[in-house]
Order: sequence, then C-alpha cells, then structure tokens
Amino acid sequence: MTRKTRRLWIVIACLACVGSAAALTLRAFSSNIVFFMAPSQVKANPPSPDRTIRLGGMVMAGSLHRINENGTPVNAFQVTDGQAAVEVHYTGILPDLFREGQSVVALGTVQKNGGFTASEVLAKHDETYMPKEVADELKRTGKWDPRFGKAPDASSWDTMTAKKAGG
Amino acid sequence: MFGPEQGHFALALACVLALVQFAVPLWGANRRDARLVGLAPYLAVSQLIALGYSFLCLIMCAVSDDFSVQNVAANSAVSKPLLYKITGVWGNHEGSVLLWTLILAVCGGAVSLFGRNLPDILRGRVLAILGGVSAGFQMFCLLTSDPFDRVFPAPMDGQGMNPLLQDPGLAFHPPILYTGYVGFAVPFAFAVAALIEGRVDAAWGRWVRPWAVAAWCFLTCGIALGSWWSYYVLGWGGYWFWDPVENASLIPWLTGTALVHSAIVVEKREGLKIWTVLLAIATFSFSLSGTFLVRSGILNSVHAFANDPARGVFILALLAIVIGGSLALFAWRAPSLTSTGLFSPISREGSLVLNNILLCSICAVVVTGTMYPPFMQLLAGRTISVGKPFFDAATIPLTLPLLLAMGVGTALPWKRAQLARTFSHLYAAAGIAAIGLVLCFWKLSGVLPIACGALAIWVIAASASDVLRRIGIGHTSAQGVWERMKHLPRSSWGAALAHIGAGITVLGLCGMSQAQHAIVEVHIGETRSLAGDDWTLLDVHDYIGPNYKAMQADIAIRHNGKLVTILHPEKRDFTTQSQTTTEVAIHTNFITDLYGVVGDRHGTGKDTTYVLRLHRNPLAPWMWLGGLVMAIGGAFSLSDRRMRIGAPKRAAARNMARA
Repeated sequence: MTRKTRRLWIVIACLACVGSAAALTLRAFSSNIVFFMAPSQVKANPPSPDRTIRLGGMVMAGSLHRINENGTPVNAFQVTDGQAAVEVHYTGILPDLFREGQSVVALGTVQKNGGFTASEVLAKHDETYMPKEVADELKRTGKWDPRFGKAPDASSWDTMTAKKAGG
Repeated sequence: MFGPEQGHFALALACVLALVQFAVPLWGANRRDARLVGLAPYLAVSQLIALGYSFLCLIMCAVSDDFSVQNVAANSAVSKPLLYKITGVWGNHEGSVLLWTLILAVCGGAVSLFGRNLPDILRGRVLAILGGVSAGFQMFCLLTSDPFDRVFPAPMDGQGMNPLLQDPGLAFHPPILYTGYVGFAVPFAFAVAALIEGRVDAAWGRWVRPWAVAAWCFLTCGIALGSWWSYYVLGWGGYWFWDPVENASLIPWLTGTALVHSAIVVEKREGLKIWTVLLAIATFSFSLSGTFLVRSGILNSVHAFANDPARGVFILALLAIVIGGSLALFAWRAPSLTSTGLFSPISREGSLVLNNILLCSICAVVVTGTMYPPFMQLLAGRTISVGKPFFDAATIPLTLPLLLAMGVGTALPWKRAQLARTFSHLYAAAGIAAIGLVLCFWKLSGVLPIACGALAIWVIAASASDVLRRIGIGHTSAQGVWERMKHLPRSSWGAALAHIGAGITVLGLCGMSQAQHAIVEVHIGETRSLAGDDWTLLDVHDYIGPNYKAMQADIAIRHNGKLVTILHPEKRDFTTQSQTTTEVAIHTNFITDLYGVVGDRHGTGKDTTYVLRLHRNPLAPWMWLGGLVMAIGGAFSLSDRRMRIGAPKRAAARNMARA
C-alpha cells in the first residue's frame, strides 16, 4: 500500500460519505422544510394540505373555545397578523405559556376549508414579545409604529385603521 | 470580605493575569527564555485563584440576598431555597459567562498541575493560548455583562427565578455541559501550540488525548442530562427538540468524538496529524459558536434568554479572532506537518478514518440544518425552519454505516487486516445481531428503527465479544483469563464500554420511536386505555405549595386488571411570576416509561372534566443510561496507565528523594 493509493482510498471514502450526506440533506430539505406563514399569506395563497407550515401571529383575545370531538378535546382559536385571521384547531394541552392576546406559533397544515390543524403549538413567555414577522407586518401596513408606544391589542388589528394606531 | 466590589476587582485582576499569561510565555518561548516560559504555570494558577475568589463572591452575594447587586435582584428572591440560590448564580447570562471563564481557568490550572511531564516550551505555549482565550471572555464579562453591577435603590426582594429552572437536573446541567464545551479548549490550545512549534508526534497525541477524552465525557453527560431535563420537566413527551441550542451542543460532540478517535491514530501510528489538529480547532470553534448561538440570540430559540445585540457583536469579534486566527495559523503551518504511518484501507486506522469521515458528514448535515434557516432569513428574507423530520431523514442513514463499522473496527488489527480472519472472530456477534434483527422485526415498526435496533445490538455484541476474545474466554483456563483481564489495558475496557453505551442509547432511541400517546378529556372515575394499559383518573385535588398553587391528579394504571402504579402529575401555578408549570409523573421499570401529564380543568360541578396526556415510552431510560455508560467508558480509558505517562518517572523520583 503506497501513500498514493492510500490517499486515493481516503478521497474515495470522503467523496462517498460527503456525497451521500449532501444528497440526503437536499432530499430532506426538499420535503421537510417548513415555511413560516402569516395568516394573511395563508388566506392569500393557501398551501396544499399535505404541506406542513408554521403559522405565526397573535391569539385573538376572546377567540379561544373548546370543541369536543368524540371524546378528544380540541382547542379552537383565531390567530391573526393584523390582516387576516385563521381558525386554528389543536388537539391536546395548550402550552403553559399560551395566553390570549399573546404571540403563538403553530405547526401544522392548512385544511381544504381554510382552517388550520395544528400538531404542535409553541408559545413565547413574554407579554411584550411579538414574533418579528408579525411586528414587521404590522409596521408595514401602518397599524403600529413602535415610536408611539406598545403594539395595539391583537383583537383590534383586523378592524382598526392605520390612522387610529398611529395616533 | 466577599462583597461584590471584591469580586469585581478579583475578576479584573484575573483578566490582567490572563493577558500576561498570554503574552509573556509566548514571547519567552520565541526567545527561548526558560524563565519567562516557566512563569506560565504560576500565572495560570494565580488566575484560577483570582477567578475562583470572584465566583465565590458572586455566590456569597446570592446566598446573603444582597439585592443591591443587579444580577441577584433580577434572578433571586428571599424565599428561594438555598440550593437554587447557589445554582441560580449560573442560571443567568452574566453568571454563566463567569462560570465559563472559571472552568477555562480550571483547565489552565489542571494543565499546570498535571502537565509537569510536558516539555516546558510546549506547556508554556498551551497555557498562553488558554490565557488568551480566557482574557477575551473575561473582558467580555467585564465590559458587556458585569455580574457585579449594583442597582440603586436596592429592591426589598428579588424578582425570583423562572420556576422551570428550579430543578436539580437543570441546576447541575450547565456546569457539566460547560466543562465539556470548555474542556475542548485544552486540545485546541495543544493544536495551536503544535502549529506554532511546527511539530506533531506520537507524544503530542498521547498528551492531547486524555484532555479530549475528559472533555468528551463531560459533554456526553451534559447532553444526556439536558435531554433528560427536557423529557421530565417540559412535559411534552419528547426528549430532543432539534432546537438550535441542542444542536449547538451536539455539533461539538460529533467532532469531539471524531477527535477522540483520530488522536488514537496520531498516538499509535503517527498518522492523521494534520486532520487531528484541524479537528481540535474545529471542535473548540464549534463549542465557542455554541455559546455564541445561545448567548446572542442570532438563532431564535426557546432557550435564548439573553437577546442583546451589543454582546452579540463583542462575542462575534471574539469568535472571529479565536477561530479565524487559529484557522489562518493552520493554513500557514499545517503543510509542514507530515504523516509517516502507512496503512491499508482495511485496518484499525482505516476504520478510524471511516469513523471520522462519517461523524464529520453527520456533523455537516446537522450544521447545515441548523444554519440554513437563519441564513435563508438573512439572505432571502424568507422565514423557514427545519425540524425532526429533516434531521431524522438526513442523519439516520449516515448513522447506519457508522454503527456497522463500530462493531468491526475494534476487532481489526493495526496496519493491515485480513477481513476473513477478523470476521471469524465476529461470528457470535453476528449471530446475536441476527437474533436481534428478528426481535426488532417483531417489536418495532418502520425500516429505520428496525435497522438501527439490529445494528445497535450488533455493536453491543461485537464490543462485548471483542473484550471476551482478548481476555481469552473459551480458550484459556480461569487463571489465564484472570491474568489477561488484569493486563488488558484499561483503554480497551473503556472503548468497549463506550461502544456498548452508544448501542444502548441507539436502542433507547429506537424504542422511543415506537412511543404511543393519547390526549383524553375525562371525568373523575373514567377509564381510557392506551396500548394495553387502562388509565383511570381517580381523583384531582388542589393544594398550596411554598410559592405556588397546585392541582394534583391521581391516575391509576392497570395492566390486565392488575394495578401497576398510581401517577400523581401536577399543574403548578406560580403566582409571583404568573407562570404555570406542569409536573410530569413518570413510572419506569427501565423497559417502559408510563408518563402522565395533567392539563386544564373544564366545567363545574358534576360536569368537571380534565384534559390528560398519556404516554407510553418504551426503552426511554436507555437513552440517558447509554450516555452515562459512554461517559464511564471514557473515564475508564482516562485511568489507563498510558494516559498518565511520566507517572512512573515521578514515582521513581519520589522514591529516590525518600531514600
């Protein structure tokens, strides 16, 4: 075994492993990447029902209610980004940090009827925290200007006008 | 005596000592001035003493409830139990940075004390590098996150700690994990010193390996402990979230595992030198980036509780200097290192190379999966995320050949092996693995779990049979076996144990892939069945704890009518922090975990219902048990004589002195 053939073997092994790692990564990326979408984006162009997405926004105050579907408890609530609201159904125990009027990220799929079925709900523990995407969206549409104080209450986003929030 | 000002002063003193420790020995080594180089150990030890004093001061501030210290006021409270007052010191950003530098100083002190057999110049350079990194982090601590900042006026009581963090598992998780992270600074310093010197030889491999193994053991324990904490505290039923913070600890573990293995080749055969040096640099760089990821909030994650851009910039600069500098040095000096040992692809060296390539490929996949989303957001403005499905699909197929090779590797001789001969030793193990495969087909579902399960059994069987063969079971007398057992190097025992541990962990992971759960809404007295067990909600009652209100449920689990256990999950409401936590109840018989969580209460009177989440997690404890076995294996191999080379010399010197 000379130095050259040994090097050749190592190079072949490296190429094989790194190549398969790259192939696996790309394959996994193409089918498992999860896009973040705001409710307005979901409303504008709904993704196909077999595609998992992350839906982020604020839980609309007063929208949480429970449905009992054959013995399994389902939590239903509206998630809004100020443009549109999406009805989210989640089976299970909501996280300890889940609150109405606070931000939430739900992982799941959009159903044919436009509703969202979540397999996982993540909540952030911070009363002033807002996902960056939601904050950007609010600022972009003129519903909130950080210079004028706290973000308005989530329940009012859909209805209020830009002028009211600015004042 | 132990006030915050004294602590602050001691920290500043340690920082200056670290700077001197960085500059003087390097300069001395360049001028071949033995006196200047000889200063390094003294500087390292005095830096350790100053920093230890500083840390003690911070602990005393927390214990004595000195709320004029910002850090204590923000994270402690009078009513907090003493244990959490102490462990709370490193439960926040400032304290954890101080702990980090303290552990780095401990590493420096350990090199000074245990490295007396090292050549003076090498030890001086290693300590200088450690001092430089230390100085950087201490400056970070002093300038951007001073734990001793005072607050005026001092509040009457502190704000208390996040109740999620008040847990013995999490109390000791950071120091152990940090020791793992920081421990890789020593191999890093050795690598940089070797690059400056332009020489890597077998002796270097022998010196660097114990440090790498020790750090690896701590990192393994730290990761296992963190995963266990997330399993029994967070109450979501899983054990690994593929969260960026978790990945940040997995990435250095993967390269660290590769380093531990490639250093063997340097030590035994003087091969793979350049590669080992690069791995040492990479592992510490990933450790540093791990801290950076956690501390700066560049990657948004549930763990990131310190989102501060000024700190981020400082840390980024520090990373650029340490990582960029060492890589530049590597590019400049590495070509001068040449390997000598020749080996055929089918040999122990060959299998170790394969191990390295596979581990690094897995590492590359994890790095890609972790870094792609933030970069995508930065460059394309699109928010995406990757989770468990991605990592499972991309890493498990690479783990399969790794497990396969793990069984063969230790049985191969150095330099050149004959496959037929090697396999003749592994017949028994292959037979057991075949039985395992049948067992997996019967018990598990899914191609990947079955394959992983069978291969894990193969790893365990092959590692065990390798040790049994070496001690001559089956062809030597009992006396002979005992003799051989005594003479088999501890590192061989350690390697076998560590591999068996890895197998146990993989089996645990396979078991967990078959976990079942149900979310039910029941009245008191109602029964639901899950996977053959009947879960009955017996009663729910409220009680008042020291600083929380709790709702406790009693859930009886029956199997075929026989009572297995009664679980008492709780939901606690911490009024001062307006936070609720779930207390999971777990019953384990080491084969299956029965895991119950109580959720919300709905309705009133007779119509009151409770939401419960019930899990049946097969083999769950094996995942952490395997981690522990791996770490014990590492510790075993640390106790090998070979690792303590020079010890006989010292003993001889002592005997001479006595005579």
